[in-house]
Order: sequence, then C-alpha cells, then structure tokens
Amino acid sequence: MVNLYHSVRLQKELCRGCTNCMKPCPTEAIRVRNGRAHILDELCIDCGNCIRVCPYHAKVALTNSFEDLAAFPHRIALPAPSFYAQFGKQAGSVDAILDALRKVGFDAVFEVARAADIITGAIRNLLREARRPRPLISSACPTVTRLIQVRFPSLIPNIVPLRQPMEVAAEIARKEYSLAHRVKPQDIGVFFITPCPAKMTAINSPIGQEKSHVDGAISIVEAYGRVLPLLERQPRSHSHTTATPLGVGWATAGGEAEASGCLNTMAVDGIDNVIRVLEEVDNGKLQDLDFLECSSCVSGCVGGPLTFDNNFVARQNLRNLTRAMPQADPADTPDQYAAQGLHLKLDKQIMPNSTLKLDEDMAVAIRMMEEMNTILERLPGYDCGSCGSPTCRSFAQDIVRGYFKETDCIFLLKDNLRQMSQQMLNLWQPKGE
Amino acid sequence: MSVVHLSRIYEITKGDYTRAGEASADIKRALRQLGVQADILRRVSVASYEAEMNIVIHSLGGQLSLEVSQDAITLCTQDLGPGIADIPSAMRAGFSTADEQARDLGFGAGMGLPNMKRNADTFQIDSQPGKGTFIRMAFQLHKD
Repeated sequence: MVNLYHSVRLQKELCRGCTNCMKPCPTEAIRVRNGRAHILDELCIDCGNCIRVCPYHAKVALTNSFEDLAAFPHRIALPAPSFYAQFGKQAGSVDAILDALRKVGFDAVFEVARAADIITGAIRNLLREARRPRPLISSACPTVTRLIQVRFPSLIPNIVPLRQPMEVAAEIARKEYSLAHRVKPQDIGVFFITPCPAKMTAINSPIGQEKSHVDGAISIVEAYGRVLPLLERQPRSHSHTTATPLGVGWATAGGEAEASGCLNTMAVDGIDNVIRVLEEVDNGKLQDLDFLECSSCVSGCVGGPLTFDNNFVARQNLRNLTRAMPQADPADTPDQYAAQGLHLKLDKQIMPNSTLKLDEDMAVAIRMMEEMNTILERLPGYDCGSCGSPTCRSFAQDIVRGYFKETDCIFLLKDNLRQMSQQMLNLWQPKGE
Repeated sequence: MSVVHLSRIYEITKGDYTRAGEASADIKRALRQLGVQADILRRVSVASYEAEMNIVIHSLGGQLSLEVSQDAITLCTQDLGPGIADIPSAMRAGFSTADEQARDLGFGAGMGLPNMKRNADTFQIDSQPGKGTFIRMAFQLHKD
C-alpha cells in the first residue's frame, strides 16, 4: 500500500526550483519541474533530508502547534528522550525538564523512554527465539521501516515486529490518566514531542497497525522554546523520572542495541550508511549478527531534523543526564503489561511498497527498461540535475514514464541546436562554395 | 508465449575490489524495477553477488550475464581460468582457496559456491583446469 500522508511538505511560494534538495533525497523522490520542486508521495520516506538542506526553508514538516491542545479538555505530553538532550547544564535533571513541560499546557507527562524500557524487554525475548531471521532489524525508526518497504522488501521478515515506544507510551498514558482522573479516554489529547517528521507521518498513517494511539505531534524545536524559560534548577519534584538510563539512551545511536543486552549487535546511523549496510544484509552478509539498529539520522534521534541543538552536543548532553541517573535495568517488564491487555506486537503485517516497479506486466516492464537503457546511452552521464531529475538514470526512467522529454536535458538540447544551426547554414550557403 | 526478454552482460576484472559488487547491484536494481517478488529477488541477489565476487577473487577475469524472461531469471558466469580441479571439494561449505588479500577483506569463508547452489532453483557448473569455469543458475519466476 502506498503511503499518501506525509509530514514533509513543500511550501510552494518559498521554493525557487534550485535542485539543492534533489540529490540528498535517499529514495530519489524529488523532481524539479516548472521552476519548483515536487515530492513523489509514493517514494517519500519522510527522512527530512530536504528540510535540512533547503536554503529557502521551502521544505517543512507538518506538525501540531500548542494551539491544537485546546481541542482536548485533558492533555498529556509524551516527550521523546531526544527532547531531554536539547538541554545542557540549564536542566540538571530529567525531573526539571518534565516539570517545565507540565507548565506549558500539559496536565500530565509520560516518558516515552519508559515505553522504550518495556519494549527493550520484549526485544530481549525475541532475541532468545532462535528461529527468527538474523539479523533482527530495529523497527524504532519509521523512516528505516519505510526504506525497507520501498528498497529492501526481502528484509521485511527481519524487522522487529513490535510497536513503537511512542505508541506504547500513548496507550499506557491514556489508560492510566483516564482511570486516575475518571475521565473519558477520548477527552484526553496525547501529544508526542517529536524530533522528526517521520513520527508525525507514523501517527497519521501507521505501519503495522490500524490506528495510532497518539493524537498529534509537536516538534521539539517548538516545545524547546516554551520549556526553556520555565526550567527551574531545583524542581519541586512534581515529576519523577521512571525510565532507566537504558530507555533514555534510545535517543542516541547505539542506545537501543546496548539496551538489548545482546553483545552481538551493530548500530548504524545516517540514512546513506543505513542503505549501504542493508544492501549488505540483502546480499546475504551479516547473517551472524543478532541485532541491527538503524537510525535514519546521524547520531540517532538527537540528530532529528526537528531538534534544536547540534546532534553531537545533544548526544553529549544526554550522556551527562543519564550518567546522573540511578543505573538500573528496566523494572517494567512486557509480561506485567501483557497481563493488563497491552499488546506490544504489531497487529498488521508490514507490506512491501512496489513503487519502483516499472509496470505490473513484466513484458511491458522489460520493454520500458530496454528503452531506458537506449536513452541512457545518449545522455551525458553528468548527473547534474539540470533537467529536474536527480541522475541521468532517473531522468531516463522519467522519460519512459512520460514525465520528461529528452530535450529537457540541456546537453542534448545544445547538441540539437548545434545540428539545427548547421542545417540552416547549409541551406543558406549555395552548393559548391 | 511472447519472447520478450532482457539480457545484460557485465565484464568482471580479476582482483578489482573497487568495482566489486557493482554488477550485482545493477542486477538487483533492474530486477526491482521489473517487479520481481521480494523472496526471489533476495535469492538472485545473494547468488549474483557471490558469483561476481568469485570471479574477482578466484579467476583471471570473466563475464557475468543476466537473462530475464517472463518465466525465469538466468545468471551465467564464464571466466578465463584457471579452472577448478576438484569441483566436489569446491562445492563443500567451508572449502576455500582464497588468497591473503581476499581473506583480509573478509572473503574466503568457503560459502560462495554452496550459497549459489542453495539459492538457485537449478545450478550447473562446468570447469576444466587450465581453461575456465562456467556456471549457470536459473530461478523460476512462477512457482508451479
């Protein structure tokens, strides 16, 4: 099934059609036509690379604003652990951050890191099942899952079949609040404080489940601006951190792998690196590895496109915070919640996305591919992007699909013009001269 | 049945670890665009990668070819030598004659040929010392 909702959007009036966003797109989902960029919805995996590189800020992430909280009588914040990493010495403790969050419009705060602790337990259980395909690939980053659906469908069976920490946190938080305050679950707005557009997309079009338990997402940048002035050095201890340093550690690259307690793991961050490693797994390599953690963003979620602080600084901030926390193994176990009816497993199968297929009919697809190759031989191979397609190869494919014509290539156009002018000259010059 | 088919030939150079893997990456990309089912794509990817690496590591150079029809995918390799003296041993998991350089790069586990055979629906190997090795692997696109 093709994912039509996307958090990553183009603000048409700001786009100048410069092609800066086209090359860094890992799925070649951007074309520039008639002076502005177009995102191919069926290919976009919401990584946010285009948001990072656009010099005109024309690429944006659609998220909720604090005004949207007004739609609910009761509001719960679900801070991603990467949110904590935005605060250096100003914060001092996670409790102080949670306290400040309560002051900006939330009635309660539930740490997503606590859900990460619960899922950590479930991952440890999965790793004990010998018959699962190796390596198990983390499902925490929705961009990576979508990448696998589009480019590595044969690796779908390797994906950890568990729900995202954000989803588990939302379900528990709503239930607990509703019971404690005797309010209807639908009167509670549960908002994720997100480091990336991919999570917003995952709320509106979930992978592996029918409907999200989260009502919306507010970007870390926006929440940071409101929370920072309200931070107090000595919190009045309204909040108590319940997550362990392991759960909080999920926000940085390598954190989930470390929490798994398994020694035979590998962590990859940065979408290009992720593609290279998945390519290896797809070639039958790395099968002796138990667990593979993949984060689309460099440094992990702390490097998300909607975060405030530099990813390396944020990683260090988080390290300082977790060092100050009591070191413990997750106390919350999956069984404990399973007894209360909480399911951690995905309820729907993850399906491949066959967008890259040229045609449903293989014979037609083969013909199209032959045509593509013939066109490709005529193209200069500069991959300059001037035509509006990221590479000569994708341009050839776009021509075959009818989106472009060959003379959209300025080099072919120049050749054509040269030939035409020569012909005109020949016409004008009398024979024999 | 119409005779629409795609064929590609890749020249593989002995010892060229810089380009090693490019032919099988191209094969994978093409098959993905042709809409080959994920599980079959995976098997062809593994087999073509092993076949390409075998030419790079063990042979004096050769060719890898891809043929796609509506019914099957066929991969063939033909190298320029030196040929395999003892095919049954070479087919055994763990057997390898890879040199130091290849082993330093993490190859030479002796899984190449067994992996190819395991992933293909039909596997045929023909080799003569002093001449070269020919391998043909076929993958059915539709299960009967």
